[in-house]
Amino acid sequence: MSQTTNTELLRFTTAGSVDDGKSTLIGRLLYDSKSIFEDQYEQITSISEKRGEEGVNLALLTDGLKAEREQGITIDVAYRYFATPKRKFIIADTPGHIQYTRNMVTGASTANVALILVDARNGVVEQTKRHAFIASLLQIPHLLVCINKMDLVDYDEAAYEKIKADFSEFSHRLDVKDIDFIPISALKGDNVVDKSDKTPWYGGATLLYYLENVHIGSDDNFIDCRLPVQYVIRPYSDEYHDYRGYAGRIAGGVFKPGDKVTVLPSGFTSTIKAIDTHEGELAEAFPPMSVTLRLEDDIDISRGDMIVRENNQPEVTQDVEVMLCWFNEKSLQPRGKYALRHTTQEVRCLVKEIRYRLDINTLHRDEENKEIKMNDICRVQLRTTAPLFVDPYRRNRITGSIILIDEQTNETVAAGMVI
Amino acid sequence: MADKYQLNHLRELESESIYVLREVAAQFENPVLLFSGGKDSILMVHLAMKAFGPAKIPFPLLHVDTGHNFKETIEYRDRLVEKLGAKLIVGSVQEAIDAGKVREEKGYNATRNYLQTSVLLETLENGKYDAALGGGRRDEEKARAKERFFSHRDEFGQWDPKNQRPELWNIFNGRKLYGEHFRVFPISNWTELDVWQYLALEKVELPNLYYAHKRNVFRRDGMLLAESEFIPRRPEEELFEMMVRCRTIGDITCTGVWESEADTLEKIIAEVSTARQTERGGRADDKRSETAMEDRKKQGYF
Repeated sequence: MSQTTNTELLRFTTAGSVDDGKSTLIGRLLYDSKSIFEDQYEQITSISEKRGEEGVNLALLTDGLKAEREQGITIDVAYRYFATPKRKFIIADTPGHIQYTRNMVTGASTANVALILVDARNGVVEQTKRHAFIASLLQIPHLLVCINKMDLVDYDEAAYEKIKADFSEFSHRLDVKDIDFIPISALKGDNVVDKSDKTPWYGGATLLYYLENVHIGSDDNFIDCRLPVQYVIRPYSDEYHDYRGYAGRIAGGVFKPGDKVTVLPSGFTSTIKAIDTHEGELAEAFPPMSVTLRLEDDIDISRGDMIVRENNQPEVTQDVEVMLCWFNEKSLQPRGKYALRHTTQEVRCLVKEIRYRLDINTLHRDEENKEIKMNDICRVQLRTTAPLFVDPYRRNRITGSIILIDEQTNETVAAGMVI
Repeated sequence: MADKYQLNHLRELESESIYVLREVAAQFENPVLLFSGGKDSILMVHLAMKAFGPAKIPFPLLHVDTGHNFKETIEYRDRLVEKLGAKLIVGSVQEAIDAGKVREEKGYNATRNYLQTSVLLETLENGKYDAALGGGRRDEEKARAKERFFSHRDEFGQWDPKNQRPELWNIFNGRKLYGEHFRVFPISNWTELDVWQYLALEKVELPNLYYAHKRNVFRRDGMLLAESEFIPRRPEEELFEMMVRCRTIGDITCTGVWESEADTLEKIIAEVSTARQTERGGRADDKRSETAMEDRKKQGYF
C-alpha cells in the first residue's frame, strides 16, 4: 500500500456473467496488491477449509451478505478499494445476473474504466455484448476486455485472437473511444499483476499496469463551464455580513476570477469576484472540485440554478430526449408523471412519447412492443414543468444525466442520458 | 492540457464528501451529525467546516454516550464543540438504563455497544431528525461495502439491504415518506489510510489516544484491552504496562488497543500502510459472529 499522497483516483467497474471468474479476479487484485489483511485472509482460509475447497478461495473475499447467501440473490453493487504507489482504485463490483442492467448501469455511471470479462472457452456471448453496450451507453471512457481462464485453453494465442476479432466486429457498432484486450488467468495470476511466461506471444501490458497507467486526465469535460448551484452560503455574522457564496461541484470547464458568467434560468450576467475554499481563494477551479463562487453583482440565485460562461451555454429546454434505463418492477407508464432530478434541480415531468424499446442483445429498435419493464432500455421524450439546462450526455456525464423518481414511493425508477 | 487539471486522490475524496454534506444541508430539513469522538467523525466535522465556511456548520452534533468512555474522548469533544460554536446533543445510554428502557448485559464481556442502537433511534425520533450523518466507510466491513451514500431507513430505523435506491452519477435521492429518515455516509469511499493521510495533510488535531502512549492493559481473546473500571477482569487476566494506541475509538469496553510506538501522524501512516490486521480486528463487537455488523445495521446501528 502506498504512503504517498500524490496519487490519482481511478474508478472502475467489473462486468461479466456468472462463473466467468470475476470474484476471483477482484480477489486476486486485492491479494496481490497486498490489500488483504491477515484477519480477512484467516477468515476466508477457514471458510475454504470448512467447504472442503482446494487451496484458499480468493473469490470469498467478495462474498456477500447473509441476506444474499440465504436467499441466493445478489444485492447490487459492492465497492472495494485497493491502492498502489501510483493510484488509488475504487472497484464497483456488480453482479452479473439478476437485475444486471440496473446494477451495471449504477456501477458504470461514475467509472473511468470498464473491465469486461470473457471466458476464453466460451468466447463472446450475449452477456458480453450486453455489457459492452451498457459501457458504451454510459460512456465509460475506457474499455478493457479481459480474456480470462487462458489456462483452460492452454494459453492458446488463436483462441485469444478469435475472441478479440469477434469482439471488435461487434464493438465497432458501439460508441466506445478506447478498447484494449488482455489475456489473463485470474486463478493462476497470469498477466494480472505479473507478466506471464505462458503467453510469450502477448506483448501488451498486465492488468495492473494498465490500470495504473491508462490516461484518465481527459475524462472530465474541461471546456464547457458549468456550476450547478447546490447551496447558498450566508453566514449572517458580523464579520461576513454581506457574504453570499454559491456552493457547488464544478461539472465542467475551468472557472477563473474575472470570468464573465451568466446565471440560468434568469439570464443575468455578472463577473466572478472570487473562488473560495477553506484554505483561501483559488486562481482557477475545475471538475470535480467543490468550491464556493462569489460574484461581483448581487443577483438572486438559488439551488437548482446554473452558473455558466456567457458565450458557452447549455441548452435550456422543457423538452428532452433521453435514453432511459428502467429499474423498477412497476413498468414505465406511458403518459405517466414522475419527479425528475437533473444536477441540483428537481422538476416534474410527463412521459410524452416512448420512441422505441431497444433490444440490447441485437441492438434492434422495437417500435411495436413498447412496454418497458425492469432492466429495459428505451428512448423517450419528456416534457418538464420547468426548463432544464442540459448538455448531451456524450459531452458531459454530469449535466447530461437525469434520474426519474416515482412520486408515490419515492423510489428511483430510472436513469436517463440526454441525447 | 488536461493533466494540469488533475486532483490527487485525497482532494478528490474531499471534494466528493463536501458535495455530499452540502446535498444533505440542501435536501433535508433537520439533519444531525453523529459524533463518536473517533477519527472518522473528527474527519466528518473537519469536512463539514470546509463545506459551509465561513458560515457555521448548519446542523448539530449528536453523541450517543454509553457512559463507558475514555475520558480523553469527552474532553476532546467538548473542546471541539466550543471551538466550532456548534450545538451538541447527547443521547445517554446510562439514562436509558436508569429509566428501565434498555437492559444492561452481564458478565465479563458485557458491553453497552448494543444498547447504543435503541438510544440512537430514540434520540433521532425525539429530535425529529430526518438525516443522520455518519462516518461509516465501505472498506471497514463487508456489510458496509454495499452501503449507499444516502441510506434509506424505514419508520423503525431499519436498514433493508434489498430495498435501497440505486445511486447514479452524483444525483442523490433524499425523498422520503413521513416518519422515515436517512443515514448519510459522506466518507463512504475513504479507506483507513486515506483518512490518516488526509488528517496529516490538513494538520487536524486528534485525541491523544490515537498516538502511542503508556497504559495499563490486559489480554483477552487475542486482543489488548485498556484497564477500566467498566471492564471486569477475570482472575487470570493480569495487568501490565505497554506502549499502545487506538486505531478506532468507541465504547471503552469493546475498543481494543494495539501495541505501537507510533507517536506522530507520520509514524501512524507508516504503521497503517504496513498493518496486517483490519482496524476493526480490534473491535470485540464485530467478533461476536461473522455477520455481526450486518445484523446490527438491520436493527438501526449506524
